[in-house]
Amino acid sequence: MATHKVTMKVNGKAVSGEVESRTLLVHFLRETLRLTGTHVGCDTSQCGACTVHMNGESVKSCSLFAVQCEGQDIQTIEGVATGDQLHPMQQAFKDNHGLQCGYCTPGMIMTALDMVRRIPSPSEQEIRKNLEGNMCRCTGYHNIVKSIAAGAKAMAGAR
Amino acid sequence: MYEFDYHKAKNVKDAVAIAKKQDEAKYLAGGMSLVPPMKLRLAKPGNLIDLNEVGELAGIKVDGKTVAVGAMTRHESVAESKDVKKAIPALAKLAGGIGDPQVRHRGTIGGSLANSDPAACYPTAVLGLGATIETDQRKIAADDFFTGLFETALKEGELITKVVFPVPDKACYIKFPNPASRFSIVGVFVSKKGNEVRCVVTGAGPCVFRVKGIEDALKKDFSPKAIENYKHPASGLNSDIHGSAEYRAHLITVLAKRAVAGAE
Ligand SMILES: Cc1cc2nc3c(=O)[nH]c(=O)nc-3n(C[C@H](O)[C@H](O)[C@H](O)COP(=O)(O)OP(=O)(O)OC[C@H]3O[C@@H](n4cnc5c(N)ncnc54)[C@H](O)[C@@H]3O)c2cc1C
Ligand code: FES
Ligand code: FES
Repeated sequence: MATHKVTMKVNGKAVSGEVESRTLLVHFLRETLRLTGTHVGCDTSQCGACTVHMNGESVKSCSLFAVQCEGQDIQTIEGVATGDQLHPMQQAFKDNHGLQCGYCTPGMIMTALDMVRRIPSPSEQEIRKNLEGNMCRCTGYHNIVKSIAAGAKAMAGAR
Repeated sequence: MYEFDYHKAKNVKDAVAIAKKQDEAKYLAGGMSLVPPMKLRLAKPGNLIDLNEVGELAGIKVDGKTVAVGAMTRHESVAESKDVKKAIPALAKLAGGIGDPQVRHRGTIGGSLANSDPAACYPTAVLGLGATIETDQRKIAADDFFTGLFETALKEGELITKVVFPVPDKACYIKFPNPASRFSIVGVFVSKKGNEVRCVVTGAGPCVFRVKGIEDALKKDFSPKAIENYKHPASGLNSDIHGSAEYRAHLITVLAKRAVAGAE
């Protein structure tokens, strides 16, 4: 089977690599680019641990082939902070105890940022509804919801 | 995942031509139904034809009488379209309730219909509004499209290009979602257009189906009260860990009543 050369933008930088047709975006990110912040939590496309942004929108990188991302703009959790300074949404998760084991957290934060893009100050109910594609086995979601509300507020303040 | 060859289609003609030439070829739309079974080695297409860059397949056109949705239009675009919200609010709401935000950013109406999952949402609107499915070859009436479990009237290599929905007087879709996947355990779509009433159920059979008993009662009186004594036979309905056939039969009346009450 033929391989494909792909070139895409990841966290603002042009990257390229040789992939098989079946290489999923998440595997290209983790194994070729060594960006291991994006996680794989299931094989049914339900858990959202693999959430990244493609052209600004949240997508599950486990359900997209790397070859489909030719020329696209991808953002992962590694591209969220500015140097050592956490993004306000990351800081909010830290401050509000929005994680325990942390496995779901990168996906939660990428989903949260997409949510705030669409709904700048989401209500608790809107936050819960927009988290339907992300699962957490630890927290019981309460503090994640709190973190996202606080993160959204901090982001509004920073604008 | 098994290996396959990837082809990027430039336009409809190109996509259909590749499908004719390649063995075991499948179109790749949002991938939200196709990729998960491939990861589990439950599906093994030899060739995937990516439709994501076929611009002519995406987009929404609304005129006074119809809403036309291109096959590659994402669930999110339908949910957020001001024109769709105005013309057929039930359709925008249905699209906004499919899966989760990530799924809605990728999933498409064409993929949902071609897939005909027994618990899918879009097929209820297509059958419940008497829409027409247009392909590269012909126009198919919704009543002839859904033929069974993951089965449709589409022929090998036939490509859905768009779906044309007639604008109803009012309509509503209510689903009882599985808490994990958000797919319907049962979902009911009702619509009224002049004297025509349609009531369509998903999640309860091999594919979507109309419920004549409810439609006849609603034709006389479009109110929740008119169907409160309707009892759907449980025999032949789906039964699994999420609900027995009897439970699903019961939900049909409950959800149909709510859909009639919520129709707009
Ligand atoms: C976590 C999760 C939750 C979900 N929840 C729901 C839900 O609540 N309700 C619901 O209805 N759906 C749900 N879905 C399914 C989702 O709506 C899919 O997007 C949809 O069923 C398939 O669309 P797609 O564009 O992703 O198609 P794909 O997965 O790309 O394709 C599906 C099938 O259709 C064929 N196909 C695609 N486009 C065409 C075309 N234009 N012409 C002919 N054949 C074509 C493909 O070859 C393939 O066989 C969910 C999916 C996931 C992963
Ligand atoms: S890894 Fe679970 S949704 Fe992608
Ligand atoms: S913090 Fe452990 S899975 Fe969410």
